[in-house]
Amino acid sequence: MAKDMTSGYEPLTSIEAITAGLAEVGYISTAQISTAVYLAHGLRKPILIEGPAGVGKTDLAASLGRWLDLPIIRLQCYEGLDEGKALYEWKYGKQLLYTQILKEKLNELIGEADNLSKSLGKLADFEDLFFSPQFLEARPLLNAMQQDKGSILLIDEIDKSDEAFEAFLLEVLSDYQVSVPEIGTIRAKVPPIVILTSNNVRELGDALKRRCLHLHIGFPDHVREQRIVRARVDGISDTLLNQLVRFVQSVREADIKKRPSIAETVDWARTLLLLHSSSLDEQFVRDTLNVLLKHESDIAAISPHIPRMVREAIGTDSGGRTASGYPDLG
Amino acid sequence: MERQISNFIRALRSADVKVSTGEALDAARTVAMIGYGDRALLKDSLACVLAKSEAEKDVHDKLFDLYFAASNQRSSAQSEAGEREDSSEDGESGGQDAADAAEQMIALTQPGNEQALATAVERAAEAAGLNDIRFSTQTAYYAQQMVRAMGGEALQARLLEALQRSGAEADADAQRMIDARRALTMAARERAERAFEVFGAGETEKFRDEVAATKRLTALEAHDMARMKLLIAKIAKRLAVKHSRRRKKTSRGILDVRRTMRANAGYDGVPFNVIWRQKKKDRPKIVAICDVSGSVAAYVRFLLLLLYSLKEVIPDLHAYAFSYRLGDVSGILEENEFDGAMKKILREFGLGSTSYGQAWSDFKTDHETVIDRRTTILVLGDGRSNYGDPRLDLFSGFAGRAKQTIWLNPEGPGLWGTGDSVIPRYAPYCKQMSHVATLKDLERALDEILTSYS
Repeated sequence: MAKDMTSGYEPLTSIEAITAGLAEVGYISTAQISTAVYLAHGLRKPILIEGPAGVGKTDLAASLGRWLDLPIIRLQCYEGLDEGKALYEWKYGKQLLYTQILKEKLNELIGEADNLSKSLGKLADFEDLFFSPQFLEARPLLNAMQQDKGSILLIDEIDKSDEAFEAFLLEVLSDYQVSVPEIGTIRAKVPPIVILTSNNVRELGDALKRRCLHLHIGFPDHVREQRIVRARVDGISDTLLNQLVRFVQSVREADIKKRPSIAETVDWARTLLLLHSSSLDEQFVRDTLNVLLKHESDIAAISPHIPRMVREAIGTDSGGRTASGYPDLG
Repeated sequence: MERQISNFIRALRSADVKVSTGEALDAARTVAMIGYGDRALLKDSLACVLAKSEAEKDVHDKLFDLYFAASNQRSSAQSEAGEREDSSEDGESGGQDAADAAEQMIALTQPGNEQALATAVERAAEAAGLNDIRFSTQTAYYAQQMVRAMGGEALQARLLEALQRSGAEADADAQRMIDARRALTMAARERAERAFEVFGAGETEKFRDEVAATKRLTALEAHDMARMKLLIAKIAKRLAVKHSRRRKKTSRGILDVRRTMRANAGYDGVPFNVIWRQKKKDRPKIVAICDVSGSVAAYVRFLLLLLYSLKEVIPDLHAYAFSYRLGDVSGILEENEFDGAMKKILREFGLGSTSYGQAWSDFKTDHETVIDRRTTILVLGDGRSNYGDPRLDLFSGFAGRAKQTIWLNPEGPGLWGTGDSVIPRYAPYCKQMSHVATLKDLERALDEILTSYS
């Protein structure tokens, strides 16, 4: 860890520091999440994050980057993603353009040589010139290796890429180096903190899993979700916050296709705030349910239970919370 | 590496959590970073390093609690063990007779000596090699071994001696020893059971999985069905991975000269835009037709389960079910959980008397257009048509239009062609006619289908 003197990872000194630092930039962490980040730094291993959509997998990387003030380099995976898009590419157009511009110069130079082998030798010199870092287009992976103070490398939705790409990632992730045949091996100045996310579209290979720390982020509990919504939505009253989170939590327990994620809770909270509602009420919930649930069948499944769920969300509300000094926008 | 952590990893491995050597080293480094002090923190950290899926996390958390509950006692016991060791060694070398050892054992079972008892049990567990326990039936054996390791023979000898003497004092003595022996056995048993939870439970489950894979599908009991479902899901997932790899064959590297030249005509023929040759991929289709009639009642659940998991692997699958009338069930499979889907399908089409002829003619009138030269037809059924007209003319027509036809039959080849089975008459039109009665058969058959699906 002595090598980190110049890197931007210094704040990662303890698990508490990570939790506090992430909270500064509005990311409410859990013990598991902070531990994973701490270990990722300490063991120099990538973190593989799994979990349902919209629970803050990608956001963790973004928040880390904001807190540590490091560049976030994102590689979005998709079927057919290959080395050229992920690692590096030769600037073919530029190479070609240069040869065209230098055509005459080249002719002169080659013209000077008196025989074929000599001119071939001269040409070979230029080839090295054209395959130099100057013509190298750094894609996310290479880019992340070249950051002076380290970086957060986010490899998003790795499960959408092909197996071949996954295998290719292994080299990059285990040694933090990439080999470019024409130039040689490029080693990371400061290894990036790598975060991979997966929605489990397909099972990832064991080899990749073995190289990563595994973190599962599930739906948050009541307290954490309240804190998250508070951090994201300005000026929400305690009453409403408490009620709506309780409502969302009970919706998640129902048997529906797509359970609402944190992102949807936040959207819903903003919606209710815009509508100036100060507490949940059946009609409001009915009107805005489409913010929370994204499938027609889910809305239909929940609708008959709305009166009961709203009653439960409001009914068990403890009187103490409501009496706070938060401004009521309603 | 530290014993404690390496033993924990062994426990995890036996519970089917795959821990590689590299991960074991990581675990050791993690412990070095974190320490044993904060148990909750250690649990989170090890879960992060060792368990690589949600299921594995559950197993890990369960084992962690079990294992470190046991090892807590061990580590606190070890500090005392030092002192005790001296005395016991003295006892042996000094030629002390069995009486003292027995006396010591009795003392262990007295109230107030719980700590010492725990220590003794832990040491006995080590001596008896308790960590090798694999099956629950072994607990009694290991408990016995542990009592012996604690000096049970000496106690036994003293007990016999006391029983031979007569008098109230001897009786009380004997009773005391019997009680002690029982208490020790209980403690040992408890310890052995806990060890089985940690080291053995995984083995039993694996064993059960193996049995389920080879068991005949009809003989499965209800509670095996859930396990079976998981297995099919596993197989389906594995096939999906394989299959997605097959489909993905881009051919970068071969220059498409004609298209490159055409695209760069505007640049005076200097090839700025390079175009690579691409292999055209057929988008194949699978049409699955499932018999849900009375004659396959025993298999129907399995056939539908198969249909359901196929639907999950191949989203653009067309699924049909029939016994007398035939209908499209793709929508039902898509919208419902398996149990709900099955009930619906059986209510609409199920368990009547079979007529393959009628089914084919329904298919011909309503759905024939889904078959084209890229289609694979998959028939799940026993081909028992109640002596009705098998309508080979229609079937051969479908088979002719399709790329290939595959028939999965839950009946063994010995029964083909007996009674009202018309399988041999359909067989010539099928590329493949497989007997599928166990999960292993199924796995093989599915693999073959997906291979040709590429």
